[in-house]
Amino acid sequence: MFGTQLIDDYARHIPDEKQASVLNGSAAGTESRYRVLHKDYADPDALRRLAGSIKDHTLHHLGDYLVQAERALTERGVQVHFAETDEDARQMILAILRQHEVTRLTKSKSMAAEEIHLNAFLIENGVECLESDLGEFIIQLDNDIPSHIVKPIIHKNRRGIANTFQREGVASDYNDDPQTITRRARVFLRKKYMEAQACITGANFLCADSGRLVVVTNEGNSRFGMAPVPLHIALVGIEKLIPGEQDLAVFLNLLGRSATGQQLTVYTEFINGPRAATQPDGPEQMHVVFLDNGRSNVLASNCREILRCIRCGACQNVCPIYRQASGHAYRSPYGGPIGAVLSPLLFGDRFPEFADLPKASTLCGACKEVCPVDIPIPDLLLRLRDKAKREAIPSPAALPMAPFAMLATSPTLWRSAMVMSKVMNHLPLKVAPIKPLQDWLGQRTLPPSKGGEFRKWLKTRKKTEERKTPRAQTED
Amino acid sequence: MSRAAILSKIATATSALKTKAPRPDYDAAITHSAPKLAGRDLWEIFSRNLAAVNGRSMQSVAELATFLASSGQSHGYCDPALYERVGAPLAAAGLTVETSYERGRYDDYQFGITRASGAIAESGTLILDDERTSRRLAALSPWVHVAVLERGTIHRTIADALAALGDSTNIIWVTGPSKTADVEGILIEGVHGPGEQIALVL
Repeated sequence: MFGTQLIDDYARHIPDEKQASVLNGSAAGTESRYRVLHKDYADPDALRRLAGSIKDHTLHHLGDYLVQAERALTERGVQVHFAETDEDARQMILAILRQHEVTRLTKSKSMAAEEIHLNAFLIENGVECLESDLGEFIIQLDNDIPSHIVKPIIHKNRRGIANTFQREGVASDYNDDPQTITRRARVFLRKKYMEAQACITGANFLCADSGRLVVVTNEGNSRFGMAPVPLHIALVGIEKLIPGEQDLAVFLNLLGRSATGQQLTVYTEFINGPRAATQPDGPEQMHVVFLDNGRSNVLASNCREILRCIRCGACQNVCPIYRQASGHAYRSPYGGPIGAVLSPLLFGDRFPEFADLPKASTLCGACKEVCPVDIPIPDLLLRLRDKAKREAIPSPAALPMAPFAMLATSPTLWRSAMVMSKVMNHLPLKVAPIKPLQDWLGQRTLPPSKGGEFRKWLKTRKKTEERKTPRAQTED
Repeated sequence: MSRAAILSKIATATSALKTKAPRPDYDAAITHSAPKLAGRDLWEIFSRNLAAVNGRSMQSVAELATFLASSGQSHGYCDPALYERVGAPLAAAGLTVETSYERGRYDDYQFGITRASGAIAESGTLILDDERTSRRLAALSPWVHVAVLERGTIHRTIADALAALGDSTNIIWVTGPSKTADVEGILIEGVHGPGEQIALVL
């Protein structure tokens, strides 16, 4: 499309109902975050900056911390694996499942698993892999993709969900009361937990000192998923490390408040090994799969600050582009400002495919202001725009800018263009038989051109300045 | 091998850094929330913060018996270690109390009474430690979870509780009933876990 970003195109075709859901949901998220963080802390920014500096320190010493975490986990009987690519991770997880003859499992929400499309892969390979977070469960039933990091079905409403439940046999009749929807999922999923043979989770943090991985949920789905099964596999991005357990006081206090306006998420589980001998419920075997999948390349780039991200979704909630376009417009599990930076970097070999995303921003800076780990997202967006320019990656937006650049560098051409623009005031452009022009004008009302006024003004100003200057000096 | 390759790529990336960020030296007090910590004693602070997340705090078995009876939760599980102090008085009040939990009957237990190994006043959080509680499922599948707490085990802050995590390979912090706001942002309690979270101090 002429003069627009791909995201604009996407936003234009979103049904009104979906756009309203995204707008309302994200606005509510921003308000509750602000209210809680500022009520509980006199200077929340100090906490955000501290969190950012702890993450920076960890990333700058990532190799040491990763080895330390591996040792701590191994000492406690956890089997640790390293996956360089998405394919490695999928194969490793499948191999573990095959070794344990697992044919059905539940999975609690994990962005890393979304990133490597684990569900589809396991299902293709004969493993029933059921999402247990309510939102993710509905996404899976609809064969949809999540559109928000924390609120995966922010784009859906109760009527759609009630239809899905009836269609997929979760319920025998249509009922769109949110409480009834939740109860029906409760009944359906707890049967699945009990039948499962394994549970896959992600991790929100991993403490290098103790190897404790921290999994937070509000629903209790990861806790329930793990309680009846003998096998737990955690897929952990290597950027999830933090130095020590004490640092969790900083991160847990920020995560809940930034994500959902809660002081703490309801269930915060600390796991660094199989269940205790005296405990009848819980896995006897635990595996941790550390996932690189492009993260070490991001660490080597000039955008490494994005690896501080703790996946709270606050930048999505506050972003004017996200609110209009929804997460799906970003074509990856990571939508909004975080996705606009992370996707082009993480999927580095497909950079041209995602190079337009950093341009889908007004650079208003709201994302940086709410980020719990103080990531300078607008700076990173600019660095990625620069990278795209240097690598000469064409984007839809490059089209009208090229003639503009030509005009702007030639005074003669510029002068004649200014004259032409005045002529254009009298042309019926909206009915001109030029398709791209019609599309462009379809969303815009052009002000009447006053071409050349600035140049005129500058000329007269120069003359006045020349007259003024000597007098100003004598007065001094 | 993936491990060597990943560590080598990380080493290359971090060794190219001109400056490396030092580990920040900070006082845990920066994480304390003054309004959350206001109050005279830890139980008062804990109860207020638990109420703020729709949990309930109780100080006697009689109070618990009244609540269970009035909400129609008449059949449940009690950790054998708590039977004498909690289970037996409830049974005497007419409730059915089992001291074993059978997985196959996970929906039969309307309440589950288990031990909490501690609590956090600042956030109204209950701490369940694998090594010091009866079973995970009994605290999770019933509609009502009653965590029995010793008054002396309440930590003042989240940072204090982290410093005292201990050695158990599985610890969970529970801050209020299980909840979701996935459907149109509307708060619904009792998703997979309990819809009622009770802290009973003895």
